[in-house]
Amino acid sequence: MFYREAGDFKTSYREDNQTFPIKFDRYRYYSVMFAAFAVVPFLINDYWVNAIFLPFLIYSIAAIGLNILTGYCGQVSLGTGGFMAVGAYGCYKLMTAFPEVSILIHVILAGGVTGMVCVLFGLPSLRIKGFYLAVATLAAQFFLVWLFNRVPWFYNYSASGQINAPERTIFGIAVTGPNTQAWATYLFCLVIVTVCALVARNLTRGMQGRQWMAIRDMDIAAEIIGVNPLKAKISAFAVSGFFVGIAGALLFAVYLGAAEAGDSFGITKSFLVLFMIIIGGLGSIFGSFAGAAFLVLLPVFLKNVLVGWLGWPTDMAAHLEFIIVGALIVIFLIAEPHGLAQLWRVAKEKLRLWPFPH
Amino acid sequence: MKLKLATLALGATMAAAPVMADLVFPSLSYRTGPFAAGGIPFADGYADYFTLLNERDGGIGGEMASVPECETAYNTEKGVECYEATKDSGALIYQPLSTGITYQLIPKVTADGIPLHTMGYGRTSAKNGKVFSHVFNYPVNYWDGASVGVNHFMKQAGGSLEGKKITLLHFNGAYGREPIPTLEALSAKHGFDFNAIPIDYPGQEQKSQWLQIRRERPDFILFWGWGVMNQVAVQEAANIRFPMENFMGIWWSGSENDVIPAGDGANGYKSLQFHNVGNDFPVFDDIQKYVVDAGKAAGAGDQVGTVLYNRGVYAAFLAAEAAKQAQAANGTSAIDASMMRDAMESLEITAATMEAAGLPGFGPEFKVSCENHGGDGLAAVGQWDAASQSWSLISDFEPSDGSVIGPLVDADSAAYAEENKVAMSCN
Repeated sequence: MFYREAGDFKTSYREDNQTFPIKFDRYRYYSVMFAAFAVVPFLINDYWVNAIFLPFLIYSIAAIGLNILTGYCGQVSLGTGGFMAVGAYGCYKLMTAFPEVSILIHVILAGGVTGMVCVLFGLPSLRIKGFYLAVATLAAQFFLVWLFNRVPWFYNYSASGQINAPERTIFGIAVTGPNTQAWATYLFCLVIVTVCALVARNLTRGMQGRQWMAIRDMDIAAEIIGVNPLKAKISAFAVSGFFVGIAGALLFAVYLGAAEAGDSFGITKSFLVLFMIIIGGLGSIFGSFAGAAFLVLLPVFLKNVLVGWLGWPTDMAAHLEFIIVGALIVIFLIAEPHGLAQLWRVAKEKLRLWPFPH
Repeated sequence: MKLKLATLALGATMAAAPVMADLVFPSLSYRTGPFAAGGIPFADGYADYFTLLNERDGGIGGEMASVPECETAYNTEKGVECYEATKDSGALIYQPLSTGITYQLIPKVTADGIPLHTMGYGRTSAKNGKVFSHVFNYPVNYWDGASVGVNHFMKQAGGSLEGKKITLLHFNGAYGREPIPTLEALSAKHGFDFNAIPIDYPGQEQKSQWLQIRRERPDFILFWGWGVMNQVAVQEAANIRFPMENFMGIWWSGSENDVIPAGDGANGYKSLQFHNVGNDFPVFDDIQKYVVDAGKAAGAGDQVGTVLYNRGVYAAFLAAEAAKQAQAANGTSAIDASMMRDAMESLEITAATMEAAGLPGFGPEFKVSCENHGGDGLAAVGQWDAASQSWSLISDFEPSDGSVIGPLVDADSAAYAEENKVAMSCN
C-alpha cells in the first residue's frame, strides 16, 4: 500500500542508488532524524540521557565498528573491550595534555590512535583465520587492559589507576564533566553517531565494502579476482578500530566520567558488543543499532518493570533479567539466525506485497 | 528504528520509578554478581536499621525514612543508572559500597549537591574536605588501614620491620590499588621490602599469585580483596600453610563468609575493623524484635550480627545521626540534601550518641570538620577463632601514621583539584 517503489520515479543514477530508495522508507528515515535532533533534546532529562540514550548511542558506534570488521570483513574479534580502552585512555591523555583543544578533535584523534593500534593487532589476520584469529584478538584484549593497569603514565600517576574526565566544552557548552546538560551530551553523541553511521554505510556500499565482503565470503576467490587481502583486511581493522575507539572515548568521557581499564573495558565488554552484532545482524548497519538497543535497553526496561512497577525485590528482578534476556537471545537466534536486521528485512518484503501476498 | 520508537514508548514507564517519601536514603546495593556475598549482608543491615527506626521510633525526628534499593551488581554502568534513577526522589545521601562507582559519583554528586559517604572505601584523598566538598569517608580510609596494619605487623615483629618483606595481595582495580602509594611511603620509612601482587576480577582462581607468594616467602601479607576472592585467598593461604597470624585482610576481607569455607585452616586469620563485631549490642535485640520477628527484614534475617551486617547498620546509624543533627540544626524535620551535607560536615559521634542508639562502644568516637572529611582514622585488628566461629577484636582502635598519610592526601587531592579546576572551600 504505502511501502512500494511504484509511483516513485527516479530520473538519475544518483537517485537510484540512494540509501533509502523507497519513498516511505526515506520519509521514515527523515522523521526519525527529525525526532532525534529536534524533538528528543527538548524532552529528555538526566535519567533518560544517562540510563538510556547515551549507552544506546555509544554502544551503537562500537557495534558499527565491530560489524565492519566481523560482519562485513569476516574477521572475528574479541578485542573490542581492549580497543575501547585504547580510545578512552587516548582521549584522557589528549584531554589532559591539551586542555585548550576541542573535545571533538580529541575524540576523533582517539579514534585514529585506536585505528592504528587495531591495525597492529590485525596484522596476524593475514596468516590466521577464524577461531585462531579470535584467540589472537583475545590476547589483544588482555594485553591492552594489563598495559593500562600497569603503566602509570596512562592514568597520569593517580593513586588508584582511575581516570577522570575533566570538564570540556564545545561552543562554550560543557559536554564532559559533572556540570553537563542532558541535551548537550545527547546531541554531542548523536551528531557523532549520525556521522559514523553515514560514513560506515557509504563505505560498505562502495568499492571498499565490496572488497571486505569478498574477503569475508571467500578470501581465495577474492584474491583471484584482484582484491588485495592485505589492503582489505588492514583497512577493515583500521576503520573498525576508529569507530570502536570513538565509542570508547565517548563511553569514558561523556557517559561514565571516570573509568578503569579492567572494570569498564574488560572481556565482558568485548562479548557484549559481539552479542550486539550477532543479535542485531552481521553485516548490517541497522543491525548494529538494533542489537545495541536490544542489549542496552532491555535490561533497563525489565528492571523498571519488575522493580519499579511490580515492586519485586531487586535481587530476584536482577536474576530474572538474566533469564529473560538470555531466553530472548536464544529464541531470537533460533527464530532468525541472521538477527534483528533480517527480521526487519523480511518485514519490509512482506510490507511491499501487503495486502496481496500472492 | 521501529525498535527505537517502541523503546521510547516503553521508557515512559521509567519516570514513574521514584517513590516520594520524607527522608530518602537510597541503597545502591548488589545482591547479585561475584561480590554479592559481601553486598547482601551490608544492604540488609542498612535497610533493617532504618526499618527499626521507623517501627520503633516512628522514623527520624517524626519523619519516616525510606530506603529505595537499586541493584548495581558492582557494575559501574548500572551504578550510574541507579544514581540517575534515584537522585530526583529527594535522596539525602549515597553510599554505593563500591570504589569504582564512587569515582564516578564524586563529580556528579558535587554538581547535584548530594553528599556521598564512602565509609572505609572510595577515594582516600576525599578526606580533604577543602577539595571534595560533598564527599565524606569518615571514620576511616584505606590508607589508615594500610598504616594500622603495618603498625600491627611492626609490633608483632618486635618493634622493627627492617629487612622484613610485606606483600600486598590486592584486587586489581581501583579499590585494591588505593593502598599502594601509602605502603610504598611506609616501606621507605620503616625499611621493609614491599611488593604488590594483583588478583584480577573476580578472583576465583589465584594459583599463580600464591605460587609467587610461596616463591618469595613474604613475612607478612596484607590483603585487599572482596567477594569471592576473599574465600579463595584464605583457603589458598591455608593450603600452603602460611602462618595465619601474619596474614591480614582489610575490613572488606574480614567477614564470616570469608573464613568459614576454609574451616580450621583459617584459624588466626586477622583483619582490620573500624567498628565492633558480634551481636552483643542492644540494637540487635531491637532489630530482632521490631524488624526480623515482625517479618520486615530486608533479607532472610539470618545475617544479624555478622561483620558486614554490622557494617550496614553502622553506615545507616551514621547517616541517621547526621540526619538528626541536620534536623536539630535547621529546626525542621523535613531536611534536604544540602542540610544533610552541612550536618555531615559537623558530625560528632560520641560515646553518648552510640549509647543512645543502642550501640555502646561500637566504634571509635570521632568528629568531622570542613577540612577533615575523614575522621580520625582509627582502626582495630580483629582475629578469627575457628573453634568458636567468631571474630574478636585483639587491639584497641588505634591511630594511623598521620605524618605519612597527611602529605599523600594533600598531594592526591591537589592533583585532583588541579585537573578538575576545583575551587578550595573552607576558607
